[in-house]
Amino acid sequence: MSKVGIIGVGQSTFVRSYPGSIRELAFEAYSDAMRDAQITNDLVDATVICSSPEYDKQRSPAGVVAEYLGLNPQPTFYVETLCSSSSTGLKLAYSLVKSGLHSCVMVLGFQIMSQLTSAESQERMGRGADIQWESPFGTMMPAYYALHAQAHMAKYGTTSEDLALIRIKSGTYGQLNERAVFRKEVTPEMFADKDGFGGPVSSPLRVGDCCANADGSSCIIVASEEKAKALCKKPVWILGIGSASAPVNMAGRDQFSGLLVGIEAGKQAYKMAGITSKHIDVAEVHDCFTIAEMMAIENLGFAEPGGGPELVRAKETYKEGKIPVNVDGGLLSKGHPIGATGCSQVRTIVLQLRGEAGAIQVKDPTIGLVHNIGGVGLYGNVTILGRE
Amino acid sequence: MAKKEIDRRFNKFGTVSFMGVSKTNDFIDYLEQGKVMGTRCKACGKAFFPPRSDCFHSLTSEMEWFEVTGTGTLLTFSTLRYAPVGFEGDLPYTIAVVDYGDYKVFGRIDKAIASPDEELKVGMSMKVVAGKTANGQDIYFFQKA
Ligand SMILES: [Zn+2]
Repeated sequence: MSKVGIIGVGQSTFVRSYPGSIRELAFEAYSDAMRDAQITNDLVDATVICSSPEYDKQRSPAGVVAEYLGLNPQPTFYVETLCSSSSTGLKLAYSLVKSGLHSCVMVLGFQIMSQLTSAESQERMGRGADIQWESPFGTMMPAYYALHAQAHMAKYGTTSEDLALIRIKSGTYGQLNERAVFRKEVTPEMFADKDGFGGPVSSPLRVGDCCANADGSSCIIVASEEKAKALCKKPVWILGIGSASAPVNMAGRDQFSGLLVGIEAGKQAYKMAGITSKHIDVAEVHDCFTIAEMMAIENLGFAEPGGGPELVRAKETYKEGKIPVNVDGGLLSKGHPIGATGCSQVRTIVLQLRGEAGAIQVKDPTIGLVHNIGGVGLYGNVTILGRE
Repeated sequence: MAKKEIDRRFNKFGTVSFMGVSKTNDFIDYLEQGKVMGTRCKACGKAFFPPRSDCFHSLTSEMEWFEVTGTGTLLTFSTLRYAPVGFEGDLPYTIAVVDYGDYKVFGRIDKAIASPDEELKVGMSMKVVAGKTANGQDIYFFQKA
């Protein structure tokens, strides 16, 4: 069986308010990835463009972005699965290469969110849920994840302090990530400030439990085994890809202490890669909220259900721990420009596996995992990458 | 020729409704009569809440309405201190999921419960009642059973 490799990765700096258009933002990640791959654009024979369209005035952005990047007349495809759009795009790119239809595919995720106020943004995000039966109650993303936090606390005795530990860790690494939007240390004292991180958002989640909206772009270039070996000194191979969906309405869910899409996509990815959670040396998980990282740790098997808090308290998810998680600051500190998040996570793991992660480098990893969730566990992708 | 009136009753659901036209619009009439209703497939008996007009299992649209009665178990809840556009006037408000066994119901907690974060506990018994939002729209909420 031929493999599919990643030969180039790129990312813009994630910022509060990008001073340019979506094409210009896309160019930042694209040029970074092309310089990384050291290839010319005639080698790219298809493109996959990913975002969540309700933030843009531009309809059908794929064509616009492909033209700006000089990628005509190659075909381009637009992919959307909310916050997991670009890891879904990676799955499409993998399939295009694996099928033999294309041999080198560029995946680009982007999002400009800053043109909307936070409340407008929450209203848009809320409509990524059930607009007939849930949105009229005034739902928003933090509230949906808060329902999960409440359930996790009730079932396992998890505390707000446990969740704060996750945010404190992200602050540790966000400071080291030059491309993160939030580059400050986070302390327990900050959660005591009711006008700051300790302020209530949606019980039991507080301001400090939530990631910041950001503008940003990310880019991954994948190639067939033959091309990857010819073009790239250190290709990183896609060993497993799992994907799943779940009922959009909370009334359709069987449990709130975990995300079924994370469990299902993880199972598929481990099976395809022929490994278990014990083989993962470094992981990027979808921490749009602290509770999301807690659930991911358990859903991916790094801890038993309910064992997440203990792993977190023991600092086993730090860089030196048993399973380093989100050592680039995660969505919480790096920022969460929806369409760009998945490929940004992939970039982090690729750099880790190449040994090029700099200050956040984990010691000699051979297998890494990316867990990217769309909506409130509506979509989920788990991608396993390896050096061999 | 008289223009056929479009049935937009669902615009009356919730503080802000995002859609008016659905084949389940009778839900609104029932709500105005004080009843919270789901649908059940006549072919396989599967109960749906929120109500659906079609059964994916039986591939049929032959459905009947049933009333959500009795009590359910509170699975989870959250009190919002920050709201999306259009809901600011409702703050603070609490959303919840209640398990009725055959189906679950997502909705809001009755404002009569003054301190939901103190008074509510996961696992407690709840019931659902029809009512009105502060802006006079149709809604249902949960009360302690
Ligand atoms: Zn049926």
